[in-house]
Amino acid sequence: MALDQSSKTRVFKVVGTRPDRPDGIDKVTGRARFGADVVAPGMLTGRILRSPHAHARIIGIDTSKAEALAGVKAVVTRADFGDAPDHVADILDNCMAGAKALYDGHAVAAVAAVSAAVARKALRLIEVDYEVLASVTDVDAAMQPGAPLLHEGRQQETVPHGMSGNVMSRVEFGHGDIEAGLKQADRVLSRTYRTAATHQGYIEPHACLATMGPDGKGDLWVCTQGHYMVRNTCAAILGLEQGQLRVTASEIGGGFGGKTTVFLEPVALMLSKKAGRPVKLVMSRSEVLRATGPTSSTSIDVKIGMKKDGRITAAFAELRYQGGAYPGSPVDMGSMSAFAPYDLENVKTVGWDVVTNRPKAAAYRAPGAPMAAYAVESAIDELAKGFDLDPLEVRLMNGADEGTLASYGPTYPAIGLKATLKAAKAHPHWTAPLGKNQGRGVACGFWFNFGGDTCVSLNVTPDGTVTVSEGNPDIGGSRASMTMMAAEELGIPYDQVRTIIADTGSLGQNDVTDGSRVTFAVGLATIEAARAAKREMCKRAAMIWGIDAEAVEWVDGAACPAGPNAGKFPPMTLKEIAAIASNTGGPVAGHCEVMAEGAGVSFATHMVDVEVDPETGATKILRYTVFQDAGKAVHPSYVEGQFQGGAVQGIGWALNEEYIHDKDGILQNPGFLDYRIPVASDLPMIDTVILEIPNPGHPYGVRGVGETSIVPPLAAVCNAVSAAAGVRLTQLPMSPPRVLAAIQAGG
Amino acid sequence: MTQIHVTTRINGDATEFLCEAEETLLDVLRDRLGLTGTKEGCGTGDCGACSVLVDGRLVCSCLMLGAEAEGREVSTIEGMANGDRLHPLQQKFIEKAALQCGICTPGILMAAKSLLEHNPDPSEEEVRYWLAGNLCRCTGYDKIIRAVMETAADLRRAS
Repeated sequence: MALDQSSKTRVFKVVGTRPDRPDGIDKVTGRARFGADVVAPGMLTGRILRSPHAHARIIGIDTSKAEALAGVKAVVTRADFGDAPDHVADILDNCMAGAKALYDGHAVAAVAAVSAAVARKALRLIEVDYEVLASVTDVDAAMQPGAPLLHEGRQQETVPHGMSGNVMSRVEFGHGDIEAGLKQADRVLSRTYRTAATHQGYIEPHACLATMGPDGKGDLWVCTQGHYMVRNTCAAILGLEQGQLRVTASEIGGGFGGKTTVFLEPVALMLSKKAGRPVKLVMSRSEVLRATGPTSSTSIDVKIGMKKDGRITAAFAELRYQGGAYPGSPVDMGSMSAFAPYDLENVKTVGWDVVTNRPKAAAYRAPGAPMAAYAVESAIDELAKGFDLDPLEVRLMNGADEGTLASYGPTYPAIGLKATLKAAKAHPHWTAPLGKNQGRGVACGFWFNFGGDTCVSLNVTPDGTVTVSEGNPDIGGSRASMTMMAAEELGIPYDQVRTIIADTGSLGQNDVTDGSRVTFAVGLATIEAARAAKREMCKRAAMIWGIDAEAVEWVDGAACPAGPNAGKFPPMTLKEIAAIASNTGGPVAGHCEVMAEGAGVSFATHMVDVEVDPETGATKILRYTVFQDAGKAVHPSYVEGQFQGGAVQGIGWALNEEYIHDKDGILQNPGFLDYRIPVASDLPMIDTVILEIPNPGHPYGVRGVGETSIVPPLAAVCNAVSAAAGVRLTQLPMSPPRVLAAIQAGG
Repeated sequence: MTQIHVTTRINGDATEFLCEAEETLLDVLRDRLGLTGTKEGCGTGDCGACSVLVDGRLVCSCLMLGAEAEGREVSTIEGMANGDRLHPLQQKFIEKAALQCGICTPGILMAAKSLLEHNPDPSEEEVRYWLAGNLCRCTGYDKIIRAVMETAADLRRAS
């Protein structure tokens, strides 16, 4: 759906305001029901047994003692599942190990019992015979010939002969001639950067409640970013018909991409089927860290040539991402996004997808992009500083614009990168004085933004209020955005619309809440559904007035004759039309089923000041400002919230967070004490500047905003720390010991 | 297996329950009393999602046994509003968009309420350190800190 031409000058009445979110009271009173908050009559408690080894062949599992324990109603192992279709085979294997346990924490068996205490006791009675194998967790080590191999025969043909069997595939993007471009440069910088694996860190552990009958009909209550995905995946794994499995999404306590797949749900359904009773499965925090998420750790080479005036002549990056125990790291999106902010004649990226003995990587906010941006934006910063150039000016000089051929293929329509850079340059933050041991860093970031399958049903009630049913879990205020767009389009007050998240039986297919797609795609479908309802209401008014439907238009919440030739009739409001709907053809509704396209790419520039303690290497964030293009900010408070939340997750990634494995591949920090995400006392306020460069693919110009905000902070913080410490850092996290060692080595 | 009989007050109501010796107060609240507004984020006292007040003191209910509630006064998020009148902190959190997913919100509200009872005029730094035991992964804390400080200012003006 194209941008309404009138949107450029339109004065919005609801969109752009900051009303209270419709689910606010539920969430501040404890009334909102999250994944673990429900019970069912006769419900059992499930628990999962997990591998204590990073890599081990499963010789046998003896569940007889557990099954004999009083109060145990079902025990499940991989033997209970048949062969899953190829597209879900790895997902099943990740939910319940088959021939091998591939990482510390890999599920090997599950029980359902009358209480948690009995279930825990039963787990201790399950005997698993393991043959422990050598393991590998580091991406570079896993690529070495002779590294312990996780899989046989799964390497794609894109991988050259002779590489380690852990290298699953190779991707390449770009255009131009890198060697010719490098020859034109006044300086060529080559650096290798490394980032640690981090977890999405949502505060709500995974949870579900499954009810599965012997007739193949099931119900599932689950905390997920996409209940339609859960339905389709579970149906494929369990051999069910999709229409027979009804999935209802709970409120979701954070996801950030980590709840875009299944971990517990097929197991819960199988336990319920065997036990003949509902089964609730809830993860502990250590299970979340050991067996869900995380994102890739990476090793990235960057080579960039620059003229002394700052012009980039060639840009090359080779990216190595380990995606855990199965193919599918986000190295493809890292390789596509690495140089996306720039207009380059010669650009190339090569990406390698590598498996290691770690939990299977799940999407994490702009999956793959933050690490790539970290490497590229660090290199550009170092080159700019080497020539004594303003890093914002260098980015403006090379920045992508409307008409730029992007490094990953498309030609950009109207985009907001330069607007964010200019706003950053004009902001008082940029010229504020810095003190001793302090440094300032900037970096840019990009995210594609997704569209996808979307359904919205909008119903007008007999009293003239409106309900909107949509199929994407509300992860951060999206009910408010949909309500606002429906109210805007219908010309009625915000509080006369209520938006609900419907179960999988109530709407057609909806893609997952991911890729920053919801405000864009569900918003677009909501607007289209409202327009369909308006057309119907104009038809009803035309019927009453005895004129053509085409002679009626919708203005300010009422049907009106379109122009003087249509006749003189007083406007019929939505309420008036709703009241007589039964007499004019039946209930009034509008709906939209669409594969939404035109999501509109998104750019941001971040600016951060830090102070580094030269005696301890500890970094304090002093000031932070986000400049990002939102297209059109529907609810600015929640747009700001996305900017702030992404920036702070990026700060955690830059400074604190990391998966730490011992030499045997056992995770050493599976808890929030040692896997330390940012806390309130680590941070200053996070200032935000919303730019609005309308997305040509949305009626109001909306772009997704959720993910871009985590892309720049890794490099922005690194550039600031490097400036403050007087030495270039090339590895994350920049923990105090690492920064101190760099200062001591550099000094 | 003998369960322990506990007599306590929860949100002002006399309450009795039976629990196992090893059951936490969090498990009792959620699984025996149906008070699921108190959340479990970690079970190890690191995230603050299970924050409640016991005799006016802020505690992680995952670190206290249910049996220890004997004779105590427990306050949870379900008791924060007065009937249909939200507590000023609850109202301000909605107005200022100080929540996104909302899972940490009950714990943060209980902690913030406890802060304002101890210190009606906290500095930004005092708010940040008081709430340092309550993890939020969505907001970056900015709007939470602002909401707490603005509520404190409103309450000072009103008193």
